[in-house]
Amino acid sequence: MNTLPGLARSRAALSAPAVIAAVIVILVLLGIAIGGQVIARQVVSGLMLGAIYMTVAVAFTLTIGVLNFLNFTIPTLFMLTGMVAWGLVARGYLAFAGGWAWLAGLAAGVTVAVVASLLVERFTFRYMKMKHGDATEHAIPLVSSLGFLLIFENLVLMTMGSDSQRFAVPFKADIHIFGLVIGVPQLASFALTIIVVAGLTFILRSTKIGRALRTIAENPDTASLLGVDVGRVVPIVFILTGLLSGVAGALFTVNYGDVSPFMGDNVGTKAIAAMVLGGIGSIWGAIIGGLVVGLAETLSIQFFGGDSVQITVWGLVLIIIILRPKGLFGAAPIGKGKM
Amino acid sequence: MSGYLSATLAILCINLIFAYGIFVTAAAGQINLGGAGFQAIGAYGTAWLSASAGLPVSFSIPAATLIAALIGFLISFPVLRTRGVYMVLATFAFGEVVAGFLLRSPVFGGAMGMVVPAHIELPAIIVSAVVVTLLTFYLMATRLGLAMRSLNDDEEAAIVMGVNVRAVQVAAFTIGGAFCGLSGALYAHNFAFVEAQYFNSLLSIYVLLFVLIGGAQTAWGPLVGSLFFTLLPELLRIGGSARYVVFGVAIVLMMMLRPEGIVTRDLLRRLSPRQLFNRRPASGSAPRD
Repeated sequence: MNTLPGLARSRAALSAPAVIAAVIVILVLLGIAIGGQVIARQVVSGLMLGAIYMTVAVAFTLTIGVLNFLNFTIPTLFMLTGMVAWGLVARGYLAFAGGWAWLAGLAAGVTVAVVASLLVERFTFRYMKMKHGDATEHAIPLVSSLGFLLIFENLVLMTMGSDSQRFAVPFKADIHIFGLVIGVPQLASFALTIIVVAGLTFILRSTKIGRALRTIAENPDTASLLGVDVGRVVPIVFILTGLLSGVAGALFTVNYGDVSPFMGDNVGTKAIAAMVLGGIGSIWGAIIGGLVVGLAETLSIQFFGGDSVQITVWGLVLIIIILRPKGLFGAAPIGKGKM
Repeated sequence: MSGYLSATLAILCINLIFAYGIFVTAAAGQINLGGAGFQAIGAYGTAWLSASAGLPVSFSIPAATLIAALIGFLISFPVLRTRGVYMVLATFAFGEVVAGFLLRSPVFGGAMGMVVPAHIELPAIIVSAVVVTLLTFYLMATRLGLAMRSLNDDEEAAIVMGVNVRAVQVAAFTIGGAFCGLSGALYAHNFAFVEAQYFNSLLSIYVLLFVLIGGAQTAWGPLVGSLFFTLLPELLRIGGSARYVVFGVAIVLMMMLRPEGIVTRDLLRRLSPRQLFNRRPASGSAPRD
């Protein structure tokens, strides 16, 4: 079964969570040993940021890996979740939920992101499939997704304005370890991110849908010959995309307590960078890449000042795409990538 | 002429030159999502040469154009190692690196931007746009243009027919870089101010849409695309953000109904030359392919 890289990868992937956990612990301890709490605090916040980047990067890498489609609506889905949650809470539509209004708002936000993602599928892939028989070989979905980016972003601007808004979460509990202060929302979001991504890996590796997705990634025509109902499986990619972007948006909102119509832009570009670092189309590559970019961002702000991130990250991306297109870590992609 | 009209006309001409810069590479089958980077090179090149080095506009604009062409030539070798989504991302990364570099360079004013005192008037910009348009039409009629088209349509067949793929692609990137650089230089002198934040990824996305919506098959495409994209938001100005929603819907619909862009070779074949200058039948009365 070596023709399916995803399957060949499955044994190695089992040990990956342990490796990542070990690396994180080592980094934090190393940070405390070398630079004391200042560095350790940057490492911790870098990892929290990295968890957000990693979830969005997984969304990007999933659509490219399975459908050969660079989906530019992902940053907007991320933003939609936060803004819808804020809009519903601020206008009192969720007053019945009482103290849990913030959670209901975020759940509604994630739902909207999933629905929006399905809308994109309806007007790009399903339509293309009906008209041309195949959508994975064209630049058309990419251009359409740019159109949807404009639609969603400006609908939010129209209805909720362009200001940055405060999204209050009612708990402030902190945990103190080794003199580090870690917020409970941050810790919970980190754990939730790991669960979501691990769940996705499980779906791709061990379920019937996962096998169908990997078959489509190899070749949509062969997949339908083998009995995969491509028209019913492709929407699942978009549901997963909406879910991942939505959850990342919700976690970002809880962690930083701020929402704005432009909150997805920076996260989106950083997630693309993370995906390229880890290797396009590879789930574990996106996870490692996300953590690396998050760490690189907080540490380079600490040492070199704010604007240096852009050159470092994108310079690295440019070099990697040109010299080592399969990414720094060379993890196997979901499909062959059709490039 | 009112200030509003002349400003709109200037930005239309600059967008048109910019779109032809992206079109030349797209016509050869390469998607360049780093257009803003090349435009920034032209804009900052002429800004530095005229404001800091004190050179006349007649020298600084051609020099900035040449610098952008040279960088297009140099970057084409590594970028052309990539294909498809990878090339989109490589050129996107190039644009981000250029913007990040300019933002960090004290010589170019950093985040404060640069004031460009030497002003050029609208007629010069219109003449430049006309020259670039005619040049592109001429280019597409030459052997090089034919080779570019063949690469876009079927690369393997082009190789079999003896097209030197690498040479054609490098030439397309160099010419494209020059056009983008020229549009940036004109922008700098017309608006008297450049800042790195203007040359962002959204600008690269917009100009790529000009070309893909207009149609990358013929040189008419960017012309129609720039007109559509520059004038439609102006016509829809009443609605604020709503016009961009309409705009986004237009893009999605366009991709569904005319995925090869508004102007296709097929469309041109169906129209007589006289109707062609009307530019009207493109909107949907033409039969679909």
